[in-house]
Amino acid sequence: MSLMKLTAVELGKKIQSGEVSAVEAVQESLARTKALEESIHAFVNLDEENALRKAAEVQKRIEAGELTGPLAGVPVAIKDNMCTKGVLTTCSSRILGNFVPTYTSEAVINLEKAGAIMTGKANMDEFAMGSTTETSAFGETKNPWNLNHVPGGSSGGSCAAVAAEEVSFALGSDTGGSIRQPSSFCGVTGIKPTYGTISRYGLIAYGSSLDQIGPIAKDVTDCAAVLETIASYDSKDSTSVKREKYDFTSALVDDVKGMKIGIPADFFGAGLNEDVKKAVLHVAEVLKSKGAEVEEFDFKLVTDYAIPAYYVIACAEASSNLSRFDGIKYGYRTEDYTDLHNMYKKTRSEGFGPEVKRRIMLGSFVLSSGYYDAYYLKALRTKALIKQEYDKAFGKYDVILAPAAPTTAPRLGDSLSDPIQMYLSDIYTISVNLAGLPGVTVPCGMDSSGLPIGAQLIGDCFKENTILRAAYAFEQSRDYVRCDLAKKGVN
Amino acid sequence: MANVISDETIEYVGILAKLELSEEEKERAKKDMEEMLDYIDKLNELDTSSVEPMSHVFPVKNVFREDVVTNGDDRENILANAPSEQDGAFTVPRTFD
Amino acid sequence: MSKQYETVIGLEVHVELATKTKIFCGCSTEFGGEPNTHTCPVCTGMPGSLPVLNKKVLEYAVAVGLATNCQINQYSKFDRKNYFYPDNPQNYQISQLYLPICHDGGVEIETEAGKKIVGIHEIHMEEDAGKLIHDEWSDCTLVDFNRSGVPLIEIVSEPDMRSADEVIAYLEKLKMIIQYLGASDCKLQEGSMRADVNLSVREVGAEQFGTRTEMKNLNSFKAIARAIEGERERQIDLLEAGKQVVQETRRWDDTKESSYAMRSKEDAQDYRYFPDPDLVPIVVSDEWLEEIRSAQPEFRTEKLARYKEQYEIPDYDAEIITASKKMADIFEATVALCNKPKKVSNWLMVETMRLLKEREMEPEQIRFSPEHFAELIDLADSGAINSTVAKEVFEKMFDEDIDPDAYVEEHGLKSVNDEGALRTEIEKIVADNPKSVEDYKAGKKKAMGFLVGQTMKAMKGKANPQMVNQILTEILNQM
Repeated sequence: MSLMKLTAVELGKKIQSGEVSAVEAVQESLARTKALEESIHAFVNLDEENALRKAAEVQKRIEAGELTGPLAGVPVAIKDNMCTKGVLTTCSSRILGNFVPTYTSEAVINLEKAGAIMTGKANMDEFAMGSTTETSAFGETKNPWNLNHVPGGSSGGSCAAVAAEEVSFALGSDTGGSIRQPSSFCGVTGIKPTYGTISRYGLIAYGSSLDQIGPIAKDVTDCAAVLETIASYDSKDSTSVKREKYDFTSALVDDVKGMKIGIPADFFGAGLNEDVKKAVLHVAEVLKSKGAEVEEFDFKLVTDYAIPAYYVIACAEASSNLSRFDGIKYGYRTEDYTDLHNMYKKTRSEGFGPEVKRRIMLGSFVLSSGYYDAYYLKALRTKALIKQEYDKAFGKYDVILAPAAPTTAPRLGDSLSDPIQMYLSDIYTISVNLAGLPGVTVPCGMDSSGLPIGAQLIGDCFKENTILRAAYAFEQSRDYVRCDLAKKGVN
Repeated sequence: MANVISDETIEYVGILAKLELSEEEKERAKKDMEEMLDYIDKLNELDTSSVEPMSHVFPVKNVFREDVVTNGDDRENILANAPSEQDGAFTVPRTFD
Repeated sequence: MSKQYETVIGLEVHVELATKTKIFCGCSTEFGGEPNTHTCPVCTGMPGSLPVLNKKVLEYAVAVGLATNCQINQYSKFDRKNYFYPDNPQNYQISQLYLPICHDGGVEIETEAGKKIVGIHEIHMEEDAGKLIHDEWSDCTLVDFNRSGVPLIEIVSEPDMRSADEVIAYLEKLKMIIQYLGASDCKLQEGSMRADVNLSVREVGAEQFGTRTEMKNLNSFKAIARAIEGERERQIDLLEAGKQVVQETRRWDDTKESSYAMRSKEDAQDYRYFPDPDLVPIVVSDEWLEEIRSAQPEFRTEKLARYKEQYEIPDYDAEIITASKKMADIFEATVALCNKPKKVSNWLMVETMRLLKEREMEPEQIRFSPEHFAELIDLADSGAINSTVAKEVFEKMFDEDIDPDAYVEEHGLKSVNDEGALRTEIEKIVADNPKSVEDYKAGKKKAMGFLVGQTMKAMKGKANPQMVNQILTEILNQM
């Protein structure tokens, strides 16, 4: 049997029991990845040698009784915007095409401590800017469910790697839906925790006030176990939040009796694909049948204004965050230049792709003299109003149920031509980042063409356990639908 | 109201952002920016006059380090990725101020 | 008849704080060191690194604010100032624009024109930039980030000054306050205190300010005075010729005694400030503010009053000694050891001031310890060494901080107080110089001086002069 068919927690148990070794697990992960990569291209870079060496070390420590956690020896893919010491970290950008960090991001350190084994760095939209993983400088990732479709983005490589069973789980990052949307497109489970739950140290910033790392896996149990492992207070990240409890697995109870679930009516109007709508509303039915109370509510302000506010804030922060890429300290430097400013301009123009440049230009503009109040402050005020709307909603409901995206995965090449259209596809996820809230995507159905659909459950800040419980309860009603690549002529 | 981005503005933003766009890219950037700004102008429908701008979503405050040296000489690592280096320093084309 | 012009000056003063570590990381702020040996991912702008504020920086900034009569913003934030330059690793500087830590203060200065208050618009915290070194051989610029992230406060004055004298009095005042707080050593030459001068001119009586320029690269009081005079003349010449002053940043070249505009098409001066999302707001509670306030040291005015009362030293001496925190510290510590305030004061006022001047040193550079200073005073005071020797030993102590007791012992400098030995020597000298004795008897008092000199010479300068005088007078009068 294939070890990669197991969930991370199932595989971890087999490794703990001695039924299989960490080395076997990693070998199988690597072998499968190598066989599939030509079709899927979920990775920017595989780290085979280190992975095998570390697997052997971890195996010894498991046998010595030093590593007893659920993820010890389990193979994981890390999105390529998290720094990994000694391992190429590119953000899928030419400008970092040769960057080998000398430090490891805190979330990855936490995984390493737990004995999880990174097999490689997952592809993504360049600097996490995009919704399809097509803006990667190193080629797009394909959706394992249909190779002519995108996996979503920006954590498309991470989600595709999990869906294609190249790894047992992955880490992604989510600035405006970058975990939840591709999880939906790839039929996997992904959670974006409350802002501040997972250290951002070592995560190459896109929009610092919105970025959050999170797990992507086959099921809710895995996500809870990974979250428990990577969440920590980190004194190196000033925005890190000291939480009272870091226990997420205790939320895995099939009980939603009395849970109040709000359905934002405005999220289910025009623009939402019928198949997606049906599948997501089916989640409401299931939870209702398990004793939850479901109610529709008005969410017009959030629906209408989250996207413009988000793009102002995210692009403004990005324009500043990405100014450090200048060809002086690391990364790409243009070959020919006449003077300093010419070097800056050529390096950056050659090093960044069109979507990144578009966002840097917009971000620089909205912060420039004379526009700061009209755009940036206006967006921050709108953000405050959006937070208020969420606060009102969570005064009445425990969980908000929403689609993760208006459609299933689009065909390759269809999205990039119209940026606004692409931005609009983030409509159900973006406001969650603005309000700093946790959100989880769980697979909940298929569309007529056989592409997966995910439902998004949004919780109040620090209420990961509530959405995990709702997601877990729903998951009990539905078996995990494996993406059978063999049927598609792959492998 | 439709936004109009002039050549000068694109040029100016290019200086701020240190991006050099080809003529073709400039035209595209103008169009993209105009469309985005038209879309962003939707925010003007909202009355936010009584709302404070919110930069941090949670009231986290006063995160400090103690004034204790924790880092030693890490030059080798710091320079490890430098595209160009001389005498332990990064190098850039001659600057004058 | 030409018009009368008034110069209007405001200052932006950057002060490096005396913390052990940088503002946002645990790297040392120690001066010097090989390039990039005091750096880490944070202060070199590595991807994914994040800043965390050094608490001491905030406490120093608040302390300076309180000492300069500022209001403290009890809710304060950091902003990013965005501009590209190689000494700025992130290509943004973390600074404060919208909610600086201190605002609306002022200090009193005194010049020949009288006393006045110079207003302080604000004080904000920010990070210093790295150092650029031009390499002639390779014709490229080397970037060293050892200074990148060293904490600074920027003190922005109101345009309240009207002359170079006032500017220097203001800088001296700030320097003294900050040194008293121990928040910085404020050395202009070494760059731990830097002043940018904003200057405009207007016709006397005019209400509107003229267009101002900002001048950078001023690293001594003399350079500041020259730059102010030069820029004032330049602006008046422009106006007299019917031209406009352009608002711009100019760099002062002190060797050429002229300034030039720092302008380039690539330098848009549009800093796109916005709140830094990587840092959280600072809230200074009333209690914390009170804590910092109560930890403020005794400042000059209070010291002056206390010195006059407690030590009974002349007003003028107290003024000079308290003008420097270092001097005041040495005074107090030495008095505590030897309990001779007037003697200590005298040594500081005369010999110390003389040597500082000769060596072109600031009081802050004094190296000798109060222990050694007290020893020296005791030696001189007890007559164990005579005043000539004492001055000699003091100079040695001033330069090398030698231990006076050991030094005097080692070099055999103790006064000869043995009356018998002295008398024998003097009798011999009197016998050898009958002409001088004759002169003395004839009323030529100068002859006495000659005989004393001969005695001191014979005793190799170690004789107790009072004793020599006394014995000599006695012998001569008996003859």
